Amino acid sequence: MRAPRTPPELVDARPGPAFSVTFDGRQLTVLPGQTIAAALWAAGITSWRTTRGSGEPRGVFCGIGVCFDCLVTVNGRANQRACLVRAEAGDVIRTQEGTGHRGHHG
Amino acid sequence: MGTMAEGPHLAVVGAGPAGLAAALAAAARGVRVSLIDSAAEAGGQFYRQSAAALGARRPQVLHHQWRTWERLRDGLAAHVAGGRVAHLTDHHVWFVEGQSDGFTVHALLGPEQEQPVAVRADAVLLATGGYEKVLPFPGWTLPGVVTAGGAQAMLKGGLVLPGRVAVVAGTGPLLMPVAAGLAAAGAEVAALVEAADPKVLVRHARVLAAHPAKLAEGARYAAELARRRVKVHVRHTVVAAHGSERVEAVTVAALDGDGRVLPGTERRIACDTLAVGHGMLPHTDLAEALGCRLDGTGVAVDDEQRTDVPGVWAAGETTGIGGAVLSLAEGRIAGLSIAARLNSRTPDPRSYETAAKARSGLREFFAILDTVYAPPAHWTEQVTDDTVVCRCEEVPASAIREAAGELGAGDVGTVKLLTRAGMGWCQGRMCGPAVAGLARCEFQPSRRPFARPVPLGVLAGTDFDRHHTDSTDPTEIGPS
Repeated sequence: MRAPRTPPELVDARPGPAFSVTFDGRQLTVLPGQTIAAALWAAGITSWRTTRGSGEPRGVFCGIGVCFDCLVTVNGRANQRACLVRAEAGDVIRTQEGTGHRGHHG
Repeated sequence: MGTMAEGPHLAVVGAGPAGLAAALAAAARGVRVSLIDSAAEAGGQFYRQSAAALGARRPQVLHHQWRTWERLRDGLAAHVAGGRVAHLTDHHVWFVEGQSDGFTVHALLGPEQEQPVAVRADAVLLATGGYEKVLPFPGWTLPGVVTAGGAQAMLKGGLVLPGRVAVVAGTGPLLMPVAAGLAAAGAEVAALVEAADPKVLVRHARVLAAHPAKLAEGARYAAELARRRVKVHVRHTVVAAHGSERVEAVTVAALDGDGRVLPGTERRIACDTLAVGHGMLPHTDLAEALGCRLDGTGVAVDDEQRTDVPGVWAAGETTGIGGAVLSLAEGRIAGLSIAARLNSRTPDPRSYETAAKARSGLREFFAILDTVYAPPAHWTEQVTDDTVVCRCEEVPASAIREAAGELGAGDVGTVKLLTRAGMGWCQGRMCGPAVAGLARCEFQPSRRPFARPVPLGVLAGTDFDRHHTDSTDPTEIGPS
């Protein structure tokens, strides 16, 4: 059997009009209804936080809001769980470094 | 729209299979129900729906037992339209407060979770489900390493994959559907690595024979994986994930009969995704803060799904891990019990005879699965000293070993105080079982005052029942 190539094709998705957000200044196209994490994964991005201690990259781990590994800064607000927060048109998403409150990153 | 002004009022926390079944059963018998859930759509994890705006025309291909979901979904819609059920979406419950005349369910609204909401009720059903347990190994914090359930949740909810080439690993009945789902959605599943040997199930032929549907389900997944040419390695484990900015490969090795890695069997598999899980744990925070007794890691309940706190019922995986069908049976029993008890009647056991029979059979079945699907007995031997165990506070295994060894910590609480393991954002949900294993002490669900982080402004503004506010220990707020 011929395997579908993408999840939207698998479920025969007909999403509403796509919109744009930025991630660290780079423009991404997002399907309506996707979370920030889903939007980043769809763009091939898997890390958007560095840890407070050793500065290691992190992204989604549990995917259901329990682990807090996917914290990200959205429209200037730090510590948002990317797996829970829906992406909105025009969102400015930034890699969160450490606590997100220390220093300035752009 | 009708109103919800008359009759007793039930708050159901969690809109997965258990919460939905209970809400429908109670509402059909005249109980007003507030169905309170953190997601935008009902369904819980098992029936997690993608957002309506994504326009999935065939969502059922990512699901199992879809007809049951349609029945639940349509039943909920009818009760909502009839004014018997209020479905409160995007409500993150952080505390259930017991009072002399009922309960107040405290929630935070929306994804940013700052706006407080309080729901009053005469009875509460806790249907908070479970979450995945993952034991650590070198490289498990690399981006691209996700929980098996998390990969599935992101696929069902967001229609996305974390990468192109996945390894699915760990132990438990969740791994096969996750591997099948990822493969169906276009990922190359390079291997399914299962620590247990499911053939051991054959020893339990009598119980298995009573569950032909479960056996058929397993056989169907096995056939699907074979058709997609997914290599299944039983009695194997992932000993390390490799990469710098994200996972690039994993090392897999065979296990001997005692659950130790067999030297010389290690091999490397290239991948950009590792979906890993070692079973599930019940969410019990709300129950514990209410003072409900636990039985093992789940909330203890009687035949009617009542906890030992009057007015509080629990159903589904918060009472023990057993899948969606068991959750439905427990939810239905709870809903019938609540409807009777809120009207000062004793429920007739014959009214839930079928559900009770399903419940006892499935509990027996999952108790056996639990003995078969277990992490490798000697998993701690693969955890190098520099492996981060507490992901939030970045506590390495060496610190936990030191606390348990030289410093003499004999329980998880002392290890936590000495090392900060379990003190971070997730409050030990991710590292709890690992810390217990490395420190060689018993894993116990840790008592958390609140089920999720709460802004201080919300706490300061919450008018807790004055009867309880004398306490200085937040865990003591509520009935004891």
